[in-house]
Amino acid sequence: MDNSAYILNCEGISKAFGGTQALKDVQLHVKAGEVHALLGENGAGKSTLMKCVIGLIKQDEGTMEFEGKPYQVSGPVDALNRGISMIHQELNPEPYLTVAESIFLKRENTKGFLLDKKAQNKRCEEVLARFDVPYTATTKMKELTLAQVQMVEIIKAVSCDSRLIIMDEPTSSLDSTETDHLFEVIRELKAKGVAIIYISHRMEEIFEICDRVSVFRNGTYIDSKSMEGVTRDELISMMVGRDVKSVFPKVDCKIGKPVFRVEKISGNGFRDISFEVREGEILGISGLVGSGRSETMRAIFGLDPITSGKMYLDDEEIINKTPRASIKKGICMVNEDRKNYGLCLLRSIRENISLPNLPEKQKGLVLNQKREKKECTEVAQKLTVKASSIEHNGFSLSGGNQQKVVLAKWLMANPRVLILDEPTRGVDVGAKSDIHTLMCEFAAKGMAVIMISSELPEVMGMSDRILVYHEGTVRGEVKREEILSNKITQKEILAMAFGQNK
Amino acid sequence: MSQKSAEVNNKKFYQTDAFRMFMGKYGIGVILVFMIIIIAIMKPRFIYPSNILNVLTQISVNCLIAYGMCLCITTGGIDLSVGPQLALVSVLLGQFIVVQGMNMGLAIILSLLAATFFGFLNGVLVAKFNMAAFVVTLATQLVIRSIAQIISNGQGMSMASQEFKNIYSGTFLGIPYPIWYMIIISIVMYIVMHWTKFGRYVFAVGGNVNAAIASGVNVFWTKTLCYTISGLLAGIAGVIFTSKTGSAQSNIGVAYETDAVAACVLGGTSFAGGIATAPGVLLGAVIIGCIYNGMNFLNIGSYYQYMTKGIIIIFAVLLDMVINKKNR
Repeated sequence: MDNSAYILNCEGISKAFGGTQALKDVQLHVKAGEVHALLGENGAGKSTLMKCVIGLIKQDEGTMEFEGKPYQVSGPVDALNRGISMIHQELNPEPYLTVAESIFLKRENTKGFLLDKKAQNKRCEEVLARFDVPYTATTKMKELTLAQVQMVEIIKAVSCDSRLIIMDEPTSSLDSTETDHLFEVIRELKAKGVAIIYISHRMEEIFEICDRVSVFRNGTYIDSKSMEGVTRDELISMMVGRDVKSVFPKVDCKIGKPVFRVEKISGNGFRDISFEVREGEILGISGLVGSGRSETMRAIFGLDPITSGKMYLDDEEIINKTPRASIKKGICMVNEDRKNYGLCLLRSIRENISLPNLPEKQKGLVLNQKREKKECTEVAQKLTVKASSIEHNGFSLSGGNQQKVVLAKWLMANPRVLILDEPTRGVDVGAKSDIHTLMCEFAAKGMAVIMISSELPEVMGMSDRILVYHEGTVRGEVKREEILSNKITQKEILAMAFGQNK
Repeated sequence: MSQKSAEVNNKKFYQTDAFRMFMGKYGIGVILVFMIIIIAIMKPRFIYPSNILNVLTQISVNCLIAYGMCLCITTGGIDLSVGPQLALVSVLLGQFIVVQGMNMGLAIILSLLAATFFGFLNGVLVAKFNMAAFVVTLATQLVIRSIAQIISNGQGMSMASQEFKNIYSGTFLGIPYPIWYMIIISIVMYIVMHWTKFGRYVFAVGGNVNAAIASGVNVFWTKTLCYTISGLLAGIAGVIFTSKTGSAQSNIGVAYETDAVAACVLGGTSFAGGIATAPGVLLGAVIIGCIYNGMNFLNIGSYYQYMTKGIIIIFAVLLDMVINKKNR
């Protein structure tokens, strides 16, 4: 293949993190002066590949070529010097630096040992003049909106003479006029011959701005296409691939009366969410990361505020201002962020399991430690936590076993409603299957289980009902029968998550 | 498991899990034993019963303060206001007993209430407003010292009544009262830290505050109570110290937080929070006492004592880090 037409060539890139193969022999070819979309589900390997390109991580295998020369970088600064820059999704501006100081960070104008602010500001104004921006070189970063901060990053990339700019979900926090402005700038850059790699989950945008697209799935490269002539359905098919038939230990159990109901609740990242969940039911929540799934559940659990709407437990209105209040009423949550919200890794398995359940273990003024030990050992054995003793601390456990300890603590609390946010993320296959079995056992006991998952096969295999989120609202609802009868497939659910109506 | 790994990996004894766990838990005790043996070889009188009682009596004040300090450090904070709490209690005792002629028991209770109140205030400022404990207690330390000086007008006051001096100098079964106080408080603190709900919450809040919140722990009350207890214990230490010197003074307790922090650190209290044991703090306080007393025995001048203490603390922490690297 003639690679000379391309500004960036990646061939045979592989990368593994521990036991997980994040990238398997992938390729990517980007032409100068094109906007190239990267498309794939969460965890498809897009970000990992981009991190290799800017040198944040090093690939295990594979070669890269940039502008016809072999390309190897030691880190983002090195990549910047060679002409590749990345605009991250999460921008972290230094609030007290001026625009000029941000743009010329680490390549300041100096006069001997001293900074030459005057010269630097002048140089900055010259660069700013090429863009239509409402701020000057001496504006402080904290006075800028998110869109403006992003523009500063782009200007910085241009001022470094970048020939390739990677944009990771650049529009995720922009409104429509800001997005339009960004697209104008992208078109100008394109006209100047700058190549842009554009990562986004928004199909409309990809069709509007991109020239070509490369699709990734499960760490593998699927195909590249020209945007002309390709349809949305084709792209979604490419992302999903053949339906992977996974076996899930789903047990159908009796679904009883409604336990928990929310009516039109809104908060940061979600709005007008209504649903109910019944005894013995597993309610799956699907959607892209950042679509408001986790935000809704965090707010229900009392970790974040709810701005409007009502919640009912057994038809009685409840207000959960803190997780404490929520746990008392029997609503518990396994957080997706296990390290920060799941366990106190410094302390023993026993202490972690009994932490929310201590009031019941009180004997007079002190704890009944004998009973605590006995009950914790029992529950840890039931959940097959692999540790030689429950006195070991959390650091000694694998991710899967840590997750089992989190589940153990809520199993002991015996909640009415159990919310699981990505319960099997970062968990090995064996533990994953154990956790799925446990979920069914919980449901069989009459618990209402709500499970958020980014893995479509998991949601489809485990849920009695699925809510699909898109940009802060529920876009569709899918019943288990519809999945079993193949009326609804991964493709349809993914299409809903990407904003199409059911 | 530890035995198995020793066989499988054929490691040297100091690399085995068993050794690491043993040293992680009791390493500080081993250091203490070595220290006592070395000093005793050089000056046998160091381990005479009379001197041992002497050391234990001397450390009682620091030990009580260190228990409170330990709670604050374990939740991720610190209490720098303990020294002035001693002074406050001291001058209040002087006012109540000498000036007002109040009953001694009532005077002690009222003085302790004052110290407890300031501890509570520290706690509220730290827990409710999320202010840095270092800054809060650095400031209240000035306020409390100032109040003590205003009350006493900077004047010392003799408290020479035998009844009051007995608090420090009395004995029971041949053992001085201060040692009994220390034993009682040690037992209470052991139970509080290791056998109660509150103790668990303290470790959880210090270990991972988000996980604690998500497990339904009331972080505000947990933290506030730690500082309140620290205030109370510093107050009790103040009563003992005032009885020892026989005078109510506003300039006592200067730099006492240093020795308390040192006892905590030597006893394995992690400054990152979440790790501490009550027996560790006691051992830490004993080590500090032995350093002072031992150096006096060895005729090392006080100018060198601080330096020695500093160096020993650094080595103790370093050793702790090396040993526990794997456990954490």
